[in-house]
Amino acid sequence: MSEDDERQQSPPSDLEFVSNKARNCNATGSGSGHPEFQSTYPDQVLENVLENVLHFLTSRRDRNAASLVCKSWYRVEALTRSELFIGNCYAVSPGRATARFTRVKALHLKGKPRFADFNLMPPDWGAHFNPWALAMAKAYPWLEKVHLKRMSVTDDDLATLAELFLGFKELVLVCCDGFGTSGLAIFVSKCRQLKVLDLIESEVSDDETDWISCFPEGESNLESLIFDCVECHINFEALDRLVARSPSLKKLKLNRYVSIGQLYRLMVRAPQLTHLGTGSFSPSDIAGQGDQEPDYVAAFAACRSLVCLSGFREIIPDYLPAIYPVCANLTSLNFSYANITADQLKPIISKCHKLQTFWVLDSICDEGLQAVAATCKDLRELRVFPVDPREDNDGPVSEVGLQAISEGCRKLQSILYFCQRMTNAAVIAMSKNCPDLVVFRLCIMGRHRPDPVTGEPMDDGFGAIVMNCKKLTRLAVSGLLTDKAFDYIGRHGKLVRTLSVAFAGDSDMALKYVLEGCPQLQKLEIRDSPFGDAALRSGLHHYYNMRFLWMSSCRLTRHGCQEIARAMPRLVVEVIRSADEEEMDDVVGTLYMYRSLEGPRTDAPKFVTIL
Amino acid sequence: MESGCSKKLLDLIPQEKKWGFIENQNGISHGSSEEKKLELKLGPPGEEDELLVSFGYFSSMKSNAKHAHNKFPPPQEDHRGGAVLAASWAKNHHHQPKPPNCSQKRTAPGPVVGWPPIRSFRKNLATTSKLASESPTSLPHKVANERNPAAPETRGKGLFVKINMDGVPIGRKVDLKAYDSYEKLSTAVGELFSGLLAAQRDPSADGPKQEEEKAITGVLDGNGEYTLVYEDNEGDRMLVGDVPWHMFVSTVKRLRVLKSSELSVINLGSSKKGKRVQN
Repeated sequence: MSEDDERQQSPPSDLEFVSNKARNCNATGSGSGHPEFQSTYPDQVLENVLENVLHFLTSRRDRNAASLVCKSWYRVEALTRSELFIGNCYAVSPGRATARFTRVKALHLKGKPRFADFNLMPPDWGAHFNPWALAMAKAYPWLEKVHLKRMSVTDDDLATLAELFLGFKELVLVCCDGFGTSGLAIFVSKCRQLKVLDLIESEVSDDETDWISCFPEGESNLESLIFDCVECHINFEALDRLVARSPSLKKLKLNRYVSIGQLYRLMVRAPQLTHLGTGSFSPSDIAGQGDQEPDYVAAFAACRSLVCLSGFREIIPDYLPAIYPVCANLTSLNFSYANITADQLKPIISKCHKLQTFWVLDSICDEGLQAVAATCKDLRELRVFPVDPREDNDGPVSEVGLQAISEGCRKLQSILYFCQRMTNAAVIAMSKNCPDLVVFRLCIMGRHRPDPVTGEPMDDGFGAIVMNCKKLTRLAVSGLLTDKAFDYIGRHGKLVRTLSVAFAGDSDMALKYVLEGCPQLQKLEIRDSPFGDAALRSGLHHYYNMRFLWMSSCRLTRHGCQEIARAMPRLVVEVIRSADEEEMDDVVGTLYMYRSLEGPRTDAPKFVTIL
Repeated sequence: MESGCSKKLLDLIPQEKKWGFIENQNGISHGSSEEKKLELKLGPPGEEDELLVSFGYFSSMKSNAKHAHNKFPPPQEDHRGGAVLAASWAKNHHHQPKPPNCSQKRTAPGPVVGWPPIRSFRKNLATTSKLASESPTSLPHKVANERNPAAPETRGKGLFVKINMDGVPIGRKVDLKAYDSYEKLSTAVGELFSGLLAAQRDPSADGPKQEEEKAITGVLDGNGEYTLVYEDNEGDRMLVGDVPWHMFVSTVKRLRVLKSSELSVINLGSSKKGKRVQN
């Protein structure tokens, strides 16, 4: 259930291409003193040994480091890397990747930058999976797993995966688009070894194809089927039969077109489930109200292994008590589509002692958060989403809820909190009570809003976070912020890798503080803040270490961005235009720049200019 | 700068597959008279407080000079800002045309694209799930149009539906709760667009709508130059006036004013369901 989790810091594998060309290594581990270009017998033995050893190295950070030791290690590491992660699909070409790594079994690719999720990027910008699919079909016919995030995937690509990779087992699509139920139909029908099909927050167009019926007959290897984001009716009877013939199924997340009555039937078929997405959690329109309702409580009680519960897309709160039997075992509960009150939440949450991950709507109010704080002592991740995402003076959750959580949930590591008002005091309290915080994302929905109690900017609150939370790697700021907040971040946010800024700061100094102060910064996304070309220049020393920089509606000019492009040849500097901007406008609407070994991409649409 | 601004306002043209989006214009002064003229209004002229941007968001502009720069005035109680309109970016595979956002005034707390940063499938929770929690005994109607960008919004007391007119690039919104009959709606629609039409025909026409106004009448009876049609919750296009008013209000999703001459060309009703509208 994690979005944008980046647990590993790693020197980029793509930059190693550059550094290895310059590398001049004579020393291998053998101590034989032979010049390394002679592949003599002892070196060959060493490589074999190395190969066996490096097989055990799984972390990509460690692998990247190992590959830098010398050419021999580089070669062997490339041979033994079975899981390939590419954080920006444009940083390296499919050809280059497949040339270096020849035995890849799993590919993890990321495409568009995150702000594309919020309509800040025009459609058809890029991040097409197609060239990768084709390259891998040639290079890795044994490929088993593909994990894509924010990529454009077509029905043809899905067909390619199913037809050209005979042992294909796992497909995970997060925030992807470009395909529909027809593509899914082809994919599931041809992919006989399929174990995992996870569609998470992706846009699936409804071609009115009954893809569930297309799973092949006979016993299935399915372990995970997640389709809660698919906004189309599904053939329930076919799904029922599929679940019945999938004895290994552990994860099932239904979409909102599955009624609670249908859920019951599926749960009875699959009490072995560990992860369940309940679908609508309300009766279908057709269900007779007078009919005997199934024993939902018994169905939940039978699922003794259930640890992760989500769904509740159109919840009728009357049915909530059905989940009581599983509460005590739950480690993850996602109520972020359930518009329930504090009183409706309390009987549930008071039983969830083991809860570590909790996603919820702000409809539970501060009172609901207090109830969470009272029981969920093991909470690691909290996300509070707004029922009504607009700017307003009043909202149901505030600094009171945040304070309560900070006092009750001391082990908190990750928080995403949408609210209308927040005080510095509460944020400071959290910085002190929750020292393990790794991710702190606070979204005060009213732009430029100060501390309502003191009238001060929110500088001190965020300052305390970067000062006191020594493990912090991801930060999102909001509210009224002056350059001082960024000074704090630059001084103390030494481990920060991802920073999101919106409607903040007074001048170029703010951005300078961050670019000069945060050595681990990888992903920087900024919108509607008064930063200009001078600020951009101050990051020249660092841009090759970053995955990307996004700046939209700031004060950049075209010639300022051009300067950067000229100074840094391995940086792709994209200027993305909105409909009313002329190509030769000096004002830059959106800047998106990223390091790349390939130079300007060839698939850029008309509204993108690469400087 | 100001001419740039006026160009942007009139360019709110929904175009197929074109991403129109008004950037935050740095440096546009707050409340210049030129901009005030270009502001679209639903109320009678003179009510400077009510601003109707093309998709019907009212925002009250209260000049608060406490922090001069980089600060938006605090929103009013009835302020409808936020990025629910970002939900109007169609979730569909073929991106539908949507009127771009008008966020060029830094001091105006109007709706802003992509703010708050919520993904589109998390929006509209207020309308759909409220149905569930408010009426536990009645079954919630499966809201097929939950993510339909044209779905009317019940914010507070109003029921706002979008209305577009042939030949007028700027769409408007009407509050159906403000009317209780087709006649009243028809009059309101007529008044709504006649000013805009006049401005279209003669760009030099400015100021109050009294001059050169050609009343738009007969939208319901098929006699006028224009006819009012609507799209219902099943996606079918229907003539306005056929069903009882309350039924119309509960099923209408958006309105359109078409040239009567175009009517025969347009398919009324749905070929899928075989529904036909009797005229």
